[in-house]
Amino acid sequence: MSSMWSPRKMGYTIPSGPAFRCKMAIKSVQAVFRSLATLEKTVEKCHIELDEQKNRLTFTLHCKHGLMKTHNLSFQDSESLQAVFDKDSYANVFRSHPRLLVDTVVHFSPSLEEVTVSVSDDQMWVKNHVEDEADRSKAMLTELCLASDEFDNFSVQVHNSVTFCLKELRGLLVFAESTGLPISMYFDEPGRPVVLSVTDSVLEGNFVLATLSDDTDQRKNNTKRARTTPPPAPDDFMNDDMDSYLIAMDTSIMPGPSASRPPSPPLVNSTCLNHTAAANHRTRLHSEEEDEEEETVDSCGPPNKKFCSLFFGSVLPPSSQMTTQPLTGQEVLASDSEDDVQ
Amino acid sequence: MKFRGKIMDVACLNHFTRVITTISKLTKMCVLRLTPDNLFFVLSGKVANGGVSMWCELSQENFFDEFQMEGVSPEDNEICLEVTPENLSRALKTVQNAKAVKLKLTKKHCPCLTIAAELPTLSSVSRIVTHDVPVDVIPRRLWHEFKEPSMPDFDVSIYLPPLKTMKNVVDRMKNLSNFLVMEANLNGEMNLKIDTDLVSVTTHFKDLGNPPWGDEASQDRGPSQIRDPDAMAQTRVDIRKLQQFLMGQQVNPSKAMCNIVHERVVHLILLHEDVSLQYFIPAVA
Repeated sequence: MSSMWSPRKMGYTIPSGPAFRCKMAIKSVQAVFRSLATLEKTVEKCHIELDEQKNRLTFTLHCKHGLMKTHNLSFQDSESLQAVFDKDSYANVFRSHPRLLVDTVVHFSPSLEEVTVSVSDDQMWVKNHVEDEADRSKAMLTELCLASDEFDNFSVQVHNSVTFCLKELRGLLVFAESTGLPISMYFDEPGRPVVLSVTDSVLEGNFVLATLSDDTDQRKNNTKRARTTPPPAPDDFMNDDMDSYLIAMDTSIMPGPSASRPPSPPLVNSTCLNHTAAANHRTRLHSEEEDEEEETVDSCGPPNKKFCSLFFGSVLPPSSQMTTQPLTGQEVLASDSEDDVQ
Repeated sequence: MKFRGKIMDVACLNHFTRVITTISKLTKMCVLRLTPDNLFFVLSGKVANGGVSMWCELSQENFFDEFQMEGVSPEDNEICLEVTPENLSRALKTVQNAKAVKLKLTKKHCPCLTIAAELPTLSSVSRIVTHDVPVDVIPRRLWHEFKEPSMPDFDVSIYLPPLKTMKNVVDRMKNLSNFLVMEANLNGEMNLKIDTDLVSVTTHFKDLGNPPWGDEASQDRGPSQIRDPDAMAQTRVDIRKLQQFLMGQQVNPSKAMCNIVHERVVHLILLHEDVSLQYFIPAVA
């Protein structure tokens, strides 16, 4: 990412001659302007002078009572590394208060690397980008939809999707929010950088972020998005096809009480819970139990010796609505405590 | 198999989120059982998690404004899912200001528990954020592993001291030893002890009170075997397991108690208004 700052020309002295460029540690400059409250109370004027001979930038703070604080900060020459972009030629332009974007990124994990932004004529989707094919089946997918009227300006010429670094976006949002200035976002096709711009009367900041270039994978996702842009189905409780999935997956019935056969080794391992429906079906056919009448679910001890029945029965007054079993007739049976603990 | 629930009350959403966050601090993965009346978060004791097991029970009507489910079949009207509670917690934490939050079982790239929240905006259209949390469906033949644990035949049952105090004590003891002995008696006294080559430390708690169900449990023993109230029942446990349990607690429970089976297991029970949490820590040699 690169960022460029240029003071607007009105009302400030700018040395004539070839443009000057240098780079300095931000921490050094921060040290000069450390306490905003103190600055506002005591500093009357700030003088910034360039000493090209000594490679120094001198900040002189003229404070009250004749006090002067001088900071000499050394700089390094820097190659003028400029991102090539022309944001005014970009197809899609959006402008909003930074709060909108801040409220959007808060839904994503702080460790998330990249985010994908897709647009249609009147909506913008922001979702997390999952790098690995392998992760895709296990990863949590988060998607947020913003309507065009949440933006000050929403102009879309091409329905595109771009993926870029979320961490950088978070950084610049912190800055933008502190200034309260509206953020403009320009993007075009995947591969070309996305530019976020913050402007006011004294400064113009452009944050240029690289985007993932278009590959077949991206294009597939893009076409899928185009197909699924209609608004979310009104409560698709009845539309989810879990049933057919489940029928394929699980054809077993409840096994009989475990007391009738030797205790089985722990079965909850990945081979039983893999995602391929066909493989699951095969596994299940091999281990399918015979049709048995389902007897009492808990065979390892007396059914009454569950926490609820013991506790709510004895500690709370009988009139309590939390009692799950009647107090009378509660038979406490001796049981093998070893089984219970397993 | 279908599930759909909707939470519209902000306090319910907050409480639900805190329960799930507590669960996420106790275990990386667990089983979520859904029945028409309840949600259960279950961790069955396996060597992999050090034999620790957990049972957390929520009454759905205390949280959800709408709750519909259809289990695997009419006879087995339940849904059993293996889930990573941290994902659920993360998704819920960011939508605390939502107008409504829906939880749904869906099939995306794999079976998912989808959390869809309708967020308030200044514009006419609500903002919708969806989180698809992948889950594994647990087949019926494994359901027996996730049944409610039976109450162990405890030797002593006692109310716990304030969890925060316990946590402070255990945190410091953890620096000195990997194992801790929990002991308690029917006189409301509990001790937490560590014992190493260099140092022994014991913290004493008094006047804790004992839950009044001792009567029923002690009937097992018969009149000649009524327990001496001063006799301590103790269990030596891995201190990290106890610390993990204490660290995760987000809300002060209305009741907190502990059952000790001598040299076998520590059974911790936390009760809130509408949630109960049981946690079993097995003894180590």
